[in-house]
Amino acid sequence: MFILCVAVGTAFAGCKKGSGDTVKIGAIFAVTGGASYLGSPEARTAQMLVDEINDKGGINGKQVELVIKDSEGNPEKAISFAKQLIEEEKVFAIIGPSTSGETMKIKSLCEESKMLLISCAAAEIIVNPVAKYVFKTPQKDSHVARMIFETMKKKGIAKIGIISDNTGFGAAGKEQLEKIAPEYGVAVLISEVYNMKATDLTGVLAKLKGQNVQAVINWSIVPAQAIVAKNMKQIKFEVPLFQSHGFGNLKYAEEAGKAGDGIIFPVGRLLVADQLPDTNKQKVLLQKFKKDYESRFKEDVSAFGGYAYDALVLLFEGMKKAGVNDREKVRDAIEQLRDIPGTSGVFSLSPQDHNGLGMNSLVILTVKDGKFVPYEKLD
Amino acid sequence: MNPEQILQYILSGVTMGSVYAVTAIGFNIVYNTTGIINFAQGEFLMLGGMTAVTLAAFLPLPLAIACAVALTAGIGGLIDLVIIRRLKNPSVLMMIIVTIGLSILIRETALHVWDAKVRSLPFFTGSEVSSINILGAYISPQVLWVLGACAVIVTGLTVFFRSTTTGRSMRACSSDRMAASLCGIDVKSMVTLSFILSAAIGALAGCVISPITQTQYDSGTSLAIKGFTVAILGGLGNSMGAVAGGIIIGLLEAFSISILPLAYMDAMAIGIMILILFFRPSGLFARKGEAALKEH
Repeated sequence: MFILCVAVGTAFAGCKKGSGDTVKIGAIFAVTGGASYLGSPEARTAQMLVDEINDKGGINGKQVELVIKDSEGNPEKAISFAKQLIEEEKVFAIIGPSTSGETMKIKSLCEESKMLLISCAAAEIIVNPVAKYVFKTPQKDSHVARMIFETMKKKGIAKIGIISDNTGFGAAGKEQLEKIAPEYGVAVLISEVYNMKATDLTGVLAKLKGQNVQAVINWSIVPAQAIVAKNMKQIKFEVPLFQSHGFGNLKYAEEAGKAGDGIIFPVGRLLVADQLPDTNKQKVLLQKFKKDYESRFKEDVSAFGGYAYDALVLLFEGMKKAGVNDREKVRDAIEQLRDIPGTSGVFSLSPQDHNGLGMNSLVILTVKDGKFVPYEKLD
Repeated sequence: MNPEQILQYILSGVTMGSVYAVTAIGFNIVYNTTGIINFAQGEFLMLGGMTAVTLAAFLPLPLAIACAVALTAGIGGLIDLVIIRRLKNPSVLMMIIVTIGLSILIRETALHVWDAKVRSLPFFTGSEVSSINILGAYISPQVLWVLGACAVIVTGLTVFFRSTTTGRSMRACSSDRMAASLCGIDVKSMVTLSFILSAAIGALAGCVISPITQTQYDSGTSLAIKGFTVAILGGLGNSMGAVAGGIIIGLLEAFSISILPLAYMDAMAIGIMILILFFRPSGLFARKGEAALKEH
């Protein structure tokens, strides 16, 4: 009996020691499937950052264990992985998912389980209305829309056409664009939704051309971003083309080829890190991330990996402040973070703002000879 | 609508229509020999496009396309030798399930061989910004390549099926397998040949349309749905019908955009397919006797 007690006691002690040395972080990303251009760099970035923090001795002396689940962009899979991470893996916090649709599906689940979730998806509805345990790192769609309209105002554009794809991202963007346009005196003459798999959009662009719009906004994911640009040039529809922050990957500019020249879009500063003035708070971090990522994975850095980077930065900052035992305290600490440089901008969160990025987190870029260049002077 | 805009819709309809037509022709070849619909046809287009893009990195474009066509043709032949031929007394339903399964298998393999990124071949003439002015409306020069390829394939197939012994033997297999084999036709080789031919034509089509549509590991499925609709509309097994059907669907879609919200565009094709199946299941251009899914 005594031996048994000792044995059980030792086993328990061993167990405690094991879990005491590491802290588990769950990650749900669309590593494969249609949204892999988001999830794959996110998963790589997250792993890179966790390795780096572990090499430096972990957080408050504890090693971080990253558990990555590949949702393939499928909301149903995201739900079951979230349940698995919460109930079986007993993770401390979850980062991801990659897409807005998936995030909205697991938002209430995390809220009910009091699980900390830092999403890497774009749609504003994720943090508006605010949910106590849910944060997100990419810039809000409404800020992106405002940046586009401000640029239009400077160019004297007052009549536009909007086209968007039929994904959650496209629908959320279309809604914001139509809502905000009147504030800037911009009239939306026509707004069309197309299938995300569309291969030729000359028909709908001819319809826009017939309305004599002064500019086109396309809010979509790949491959339509490049098709729109090509088709506009093909039918000699020569008005400026604006795109969303979803255009933030150099590959898309390459796909559009010569047709991509002149595309205007707002995005974070990561893609022009080297061109920033030295006074910029993000510059050092952006250059380091770009260098680390590109040397380790041999591919161009994109804004999407940055979203995962920021999610971990916020989480780690919170954990450094509040320790790794009490999720509630970490949540409170994240909500109080101010002036934290990330890849998407400088984060200042509050109980009312679980995104923490202002309009100044975005810059307007344009495409020139297959490269991203600043549209206006950078700060 | 001004005349220029009407012309622009016509050209945009012809562009998409020609893409649908080359897809549909592939369905017809396998159907003409075996009486089955190969739902993996869209994947042949994708494979052709993807292989050509990969090879074009170190080969001149025409050679890359030729190699891609040959490789895909080989895969088509292997599919018959390894899978289709080994099925005992396959029913139409079973063949449909097998080919749908194959299409998923090819798609997932392509995802692992390449990745999920979108690729495309360079434009054969001009570039992505060049266009030809036709009375104030514009068309990409690549569309002329697609139409040209369409014309060559259709003429070639018509001659092949009508005037060569092999072509006639393939048609004989389609009308009556038993009778054909009694006449000394090697039915199994004919089926293999039809898979090789349809894969080759699919791959060629995939290369020619790739600058317009771009290619991705899962781009075969949506092409196959449109191609199948077009094949039904034109009359299964009828290549000329496929071209006419493709252009009809393309034009209807293009003009539907001008009056209806764009979201209804895909519903057009499906709606037309349902109407055709109700009122003229043999298709617009086929004689009734040739029609109806063949039973084996």
